[in-house]
Amino acid sequence: MPQLLIELFSEEIPARMQANAARDLERLAREKLAAEGLLPEALKTFAGARRLTLVAEGLPEAQKDRHEELKGPKVGAPPQALEGFLRKTGLTQDQLTERAGVYFAHVHKAGRPTPAIVAEMVEQIVRTFPWPKSMVSGTSKLRWVRPLRRITCVFGGQVVPFEIDGIPSGNTVEGHRFMGDRQPFEVKDFDTYADGLEKRCVVLDVEARKDRIVDAAKTLAFARNLELVEDQGLLDEVAGLVEWPVPVLGDMDPAFLDLPPEVIRTSMRVHQRYFAVRDPKTGKLAPHFLTVANIQAKDGGEIIAKGNAKVLSARLSDARFFWNEDRKTRLEERLEKLKGVTFHAKLGSMYERVERIVALAGELAPLVGADRDRAVQAARLAKADLVSGLVGEFPELQGVMGGYYAEAEGLDPAVVEAIRSHYRPQGPSDAVPTDKVAATVALADKLDTLTSFFSIGEKPTGSRDPFALRRAALGVIRIVLETRTRLPLKRFVSGEVLDFFADRLAVLLREQGRRHDLVAAVFALGDDDLVRIVAKVEALDAFLKTEDGANLLAGYKRAVNILRAEEKKGPLPAGEPTQMGGAPVEEQALVAAVGALDGVLDELIDSEDFAQAMAELAKLRGPVDAFFDKVLVNSDNPAERDNRLRLLARVRDAMGRVADFSQVTG
Amino acid sequence: MSDAPLSFQGLILKLHDYWSRQGCMILQPYDVEVGAGTLSPMTVIRTLGPKPWKVAYVQPSRRPADGRYGENPNRLHQHHQYQVILKPNPPNLQELYLGSLEAIGIDPLLHDIRFVEDDWENPTVGAWGLGWEVWCDGMEITQYTYFQQVGGLDVFPVAGELTYGLERLSLYLQNKDSVYDLQFNDEFKYGDVYLANEQQFSAFELEVANVDVLKTQFEEMESEVRRIVGSKGRQGQPLVLPAYDHVLKASHLFNIMDARGAIAVAERQSYIGRIRDLCKLCAEAWVESQGANA
Repeated sequence: MPQLLIELFSEEIPARMQANAARDLERLAREKLAAEGLLPEALKTFAGARRLTLVAEGLPEAQKDRHEELKGPKVGAPPQALEGFLRKTGLTQDQLTERAGVYFAHVHKAGRPTPAIVAEMVEQIVRTFPWPKSMVSGTSKLRWVRPLRRITCVFGGQVVPFEIDGIPSGNTVEGHRFMGDRQPFEVKDFDTYADGLEKRCVVLDVEARKDRIVDAAKTLAFARNLELVEDQGLLDEVAGLVEWPVPVLGDMDPAFLDLPPEVIRTSMRVHQRYFAVRDPKTGKLAPHFLTVANIQAKDGGEIIAKGNAKVLSARLSDARFFWNEDRKTRLEERLEKLKGVTFHAKLGSMYERVERIVALAGELAPLVGADRDRAVQAARLAKADLVSGLVGEFPELQGVMGGYYAEAEGLDPAVVEAIRSHYRPQGPSDAVPTDKVAATVALADKLDTLTSFFSIGEKPTGSRDPFALRRAALGVIRIVLETRTRLPLKRFVSGEVLDFFADRLAVLLREQGRRHDLVAAVFALGDDDLVRIVAKVEALDAFLKTEDGANLLAGYKRAVNILRAEEKKGPLPAGEPTQMGGAPVEEQALVAAVGALDGVLDELIDSEDFAQAMAELAKLRGPVDAFFDKVLVNSDNPAERDNRLRLLARVRDAMGRVADFSQVTG
Repeated sequence: MSDAPLSFQGLILKLHDYWSRQGCMILQPYDVEVGAGTLSPMTVIRTLGPKPWKVAYVQPSRRPADGRYGENPNRLHQHHQYQVILKPNPPNLQELYLGSLEAIGIDPLLHDIRFVEDDWENPTVGAWGLGWEVWCDGMEITQYTYFQQVGGLDVFPVAGELTYGLERLSLYLQNKDSVYDLQFNDEFKYGDVYLANEQQFSAFELEVANVDVLKTQFEEMESEVRRIVGSKGRQGQPLVLPAYDHVLKASHLFNIMDARGAIAVAERQSYIGRIRDLCKLCAEAWVESQGANA
């Protein structure tokens, strides 16, 4: 069965958009083909610097003929309805059939040839492609990510003819911009396409490009007794910048190695898209870099290596200028400048933010167990590097540079560490600052972010979270849990922010395999100590997985249902249940079992031995089951009924001290 | 590359020759201070409206905050941009551009030429476009943009803009580390012409400029723009071009105040917004008058 090959050839597509573009192309093609009843045996897409490619194997030559039965108006409906139906179906009245008083039309639709559908599909895809940003060029209104130059569309060896805004489809393809022969070549199928491209210096598959980069880069490094510093994000980007990747190793002036390694790496990565290399013996950066060129240069890459080295030198000279200048000013002296830095139009200056963080840090320090003076000092200086030259140049080095400057001033190591790491954790895989002073400042930073933005109504909605508040809340939770800080959250946040924390904690625990409803059940008690909440959730989770736990939960629900039903009739009887003479043994046993929990349960909860508290609750399971089995709560004798209701209320309340079991599903 | 590297003026002459052969008018630099070649009315104003436009020109570009007293080898208070505008952009603009690189001696089989995503925008003139930074061996040598909007208005037909950084390009071609060492021609060096400018203007723009005066002048320019653009010429047209000159002056005054450290970060946005509004006034008036003339 025939093969379909499509290439959309354009000017350079931004690297960061390519992977999504390949996925979108595949999705759109699959949707359209499926809607038309054309199922390929296989379909694959590729994206690179100048082209999006699709190949579908084993498509039928044409759609199958289709028979459809269309329901028409009722027999005896107004004549206009029938006329309309006949117009729509193109039939005459005697061609309709009648069934149960309704007209039906049988329409035969001849299957259309696949190329006609492909032509339609390509046009649809081109006109609706979901580029994050698109443009027009020249005098054409056709939108594409950059100018669309050529459309190749071959089905079963033949061109599928169509034209989109003056761009005709064809069967020719261009190779590498410089290393191809600059002449388009003809293709008849995917093999001639991929081979032709390879011969003209285009590696079609991004994975193949990455492999080539890594292999060649490692080989180059190895030959010089160096080691490539791998960087997946950079590799992904570079593989989208070149069609014919040729790594080139260049030299860096070793004098730059006195700069902080973060500065060198950031300059290489962000400005130049270079890989760093290190000395495998010391693990330290080596005075070289790896750039990935798009050509196999005639001179073996010597000029490219030299040119790039020159650019890197200029970049690092700039960085060194800032590094030297920055260290002439103490962080303390920079604070004044923060008054001129707007944190947010509605939230005042960065200086005001620092004042808030300082106040928070002072309050948090004893709770975290940090030295208060150091925490306050670190909080005061934590944002000062924002007005330093290097951070102006490399915003991603905020904190890191502050740490270096604090170190250069000879500040206390705990203060240095806190300045350096107070932005952490910056993502789920980033480590939490565990040093107490650092943890304090990190908490203060994030709590201020959360309360400030919530106070001006800037809360995350759906996928929008421009101020990364989810990350901030998760950061607080992770720091508190990992440092086991007993933080009365309500002293610092309230209302919506508190609920936000509950949500984030639920998400975190769910990711760790805990049940969402258990977090809600524990949160409902109004506790605000995250460490205790998590301990309770864990104990509860373990308990509910036992048979006793599951059964007790069922008993609890039954008790609560009865109490609710009775409450509707009138107020529940107040007071404690008593051992009534002549009561069934099951009732007596439950009264005794609940009574036995008195004191014990509170003590265990106070000492936060939740596992044991659950074990105590488990002792209720037998008596509760037996009670419901043998005893009728709604006794005709009002005294009996009241006592039994009091008993059930006691069971509910005892369990309620650990969690709100009514929020637990199951 | 050919035997002797191009001098600074040789580079300009080669580009003039090349773009002249592509049908561009070779214009003279605009005589009001601008921060970039784009801001010249020959780009900002003339890319608006339906008429074709093909120009190439050198534009001295003043960036007061980048002044380094002539002590830094490549940071300058004033550098030179080579600006090419083709409206509508021809379909082979990329090839034409690469041809210009070959014309100045950059062999794409020896040098690594790359088109790296760069979505250009200039908020002070409400302009944006999509395109790339063009890299030669890791160095940005050109900003390549398909203008989509200027002054908040759609640019259609689309204008292609090429902005070459002449000092950088020249440093590369002459294999020098400092702009002051560049051969301007066979006899003179770049430093012979511009070192004194850098030394004096850096001191002026970073230390001596009178902020109070600048502020007053800014406000005067602002109200002048509104007055001028509202005035009519003899043929009944709004006086867009003189009004726009005053926008440029306001913009330059703002840049000096910024270099003096007199603009708090909070104020910045408001200043930029004010300039953008003025620019928009001019753009709208221009498009309206073009529509009337068409």
